[in-house]
Amino acid sequence: MFVRHLQVSDFRSWPHADVAFEPGASVLVGANGQGKTNLVEAIGYVATLGSHRVATDAPLVRHGAERAVVRTAVVNEGRELLVELEITPGRANRARINRGPVPRPRDVLGILRTVLFAPEDLALVRGDPGERRRFVDELLVLRAPRFAGVRADYDRVLKQRSALLKTAGAARRAGGSGDIRTLDVWDGHLARHGAELLAARLDLVTDLAPHVASAYAEVAPESRPVRIGYRSSLGEALPPGLGQPGGARADVGLLEAALLGELARVRAQEIERGVCLVGPHRDDVDLVLGEAPAKGYASHGESWSFALALRLAAYQLLRADGTEPVLVLDDVFAELDRRRRQRLAKVAADAEQVLVTAAVAEDVPEELAGARYDVHEGEVRRVR
Amino acid sequence: MYEGPVQDLIDELGRLPGVGPKSAQRIAFHLLAADPADVSRLQEALQRVKEGVMFCEVCGNVSEQNTCRICRDPRREASVVCVVEEPKDVLAIERTREFKGRYHVLGGSLDPMSGIGPDQLRVRELLSRIGQQVNGVDISEVILATDPNTEGEATATYLGRLLREFPGLTVTRLASGLPMGGDLEFADELTLGRALSGRRAV
Ligand SMILES: Nc1ncnc2c1ncn2[C@@H]1O[C@H](COP(=O)(O)OP(=O)(O)O)[C@@H](O)[C@H]1O
Ligand SMILES: [Mg+2]
Ligand SMILES: [Zn+2]
Repeated sequence: MFVRHLQVSDFRSWPHADVAFEPGASVLVGANGQGKTNLVEAIGYVATLGSHRVATDAPLVRHGAERAVVRTAVVNEGRELLVELEITPGRANRARINRGPVPRPRDVLGILRTVLFAPEDLALVRGDPGERRRFVDELLVLRAPRFAGVRADYDRVLKQRSALLKTAGAARRAGGSGDIRTLDVWDGHLARHGAELLAARLDLVTDLAPHVASAYAEVAPESRPVRIGYRSSLGEALPPGLGQPGGARADVGLLEAALLGELARVRAQEIERGVCLVGPHRDDVDLVLGEAPAKGYASHGESWSFALALRLAAYQLLRADGTEPVLVLDDVFAELDRRRRQRLAKVAADAEQVLVTAAVAEDVPEELAGARYDVHEGEVRRVR
Repeated sequence: MYEGPVQDLIDELGRLPGVGPKSAQRIAFHLLAADPADVSRLQEALQRVKEGVMFCEVCGNVSEQNTCRICRDPRREASVVCVVEEPKDVLAIERTREFKGRYHVLGGSLDPMSGIGPDQLRVRELLSRIGQQVNGVDISEVILATDPNTEGEATATYLGRLLREFPGLTVTRLASGLPMGGDLEFADELTLGRALSGRRAV
């Protein structure tokens, strides 16, 4: 697939921007702060309903404006769809497909699929588990958009159950008994939605693992091999092998039972602490370099290669599923040495569409010459 | 920020469901410019709902008398009770014309984030209603018609577990097909009617 047209209003620094793209490589060149990333961020938002830089919508709306609008024309196997998103912080966002309103923004998921690699991705290796959970869930939704609903349901049940534990915990600490008559009900719903999310994540990590190993070997052949595996808050209660390279497929029913069992086991502790201790919201993805965890052990260069390998693996996995995602490389060439630049360019040159941003055109390898746009003082001008 | 009473009015309006800050401002200035007679009518209507509207002693629906029109109607089957969250859900189900039984309005759903547990809902009233006969008829079926969202589903599960204890009582839940994450009141009549007729035992 490819983005044929991008139009934004009041998105980040752009009062208005209108850019036509073609399949193949497009390079946006401009000095720092000119708004290149803002443009690809808008494209990423249409694919994931989130930004790769911020967790909330407010910073995406231009200072002083009330709402931002992003429109993309996406061509997939010859068929073009127009996706429009209106982002209004503090209110429900609105979405339209081919000018027709849809009930919920998440109905547009799946129309545009992107894999975006950016300097922020170093946090995939060095950051908190939440960064890796977000990576996994985002990829899950790209593969099967219905998981946006599963995630939303799980998050809601989790919030409600946590609120119940918190109130009950506080009541107990104050000498009362705390009303936990409904806790069994919330346990059941948490386990049901949690098992569905967990099973999907486990299978995803199993599917992704070989792509990560080979992408890393490709990007950093001189380095030791890497491995990824899912780390569940179920611990020993998780059937062995799940979420590991070559592991079996996860069974939702078994996981639901395992989650219920663990919830029962830690119940007293949960009430005492007033937090939900078991479930996919406490999980992580182990990133292993050689025999040691990458976090804390990998060098700066190795961490970068690992982050890149995760994104390239996501890209290869989506391709293996039969979709051609749009590859976005935001300001990454400046961070890579010449050899890794060359290897990344080789993969990217093969993409149906790749959008590249760079402060200096010379940082972008020859293979990605393609179309070129100058981004300068609020204008995007095609120069090649 | 506007001065004094105008800002107070905007703030109050802004607290109403579905009214954002912009609309609150628009309504406030509309009222400011409106005919005094129109404003008085609105004022009286507001006062009347708080003073004049009662809740049915049996089902908890809004009513003009101690018991509501539906609970007084001898043609409505007394053996089937449909449990809903809010009075507006009664209206939504009535619109389908599929349902000939009676209602029980909980007054909300389990919502720990807002501090709502079983004691804040009319759960005890439901349980005591089930033990009692109406016109010599026992309640034989309870339909759980809470909203198809997280809180509504949890409420239905909770009630389902409590009602299991009553021998001979059938407990059913609306069939799926209602848009998940939604509100009963926003489901169209056809979908809601189908969900009612296709209800399944829990
Ligand atoms: N919500 C916003 N409103 C106005 N300007 C913004 C907003 N968010 C970011 N900017 C501006 O956008 C610029 C950064 O744009 P960016 O796309 O990151 O630049 P680059 O071309 O280096 O990728 C900064 O000047 C920043 O002040
Ligand atoms: Mg940038
Ligand atoms: Zn009544």
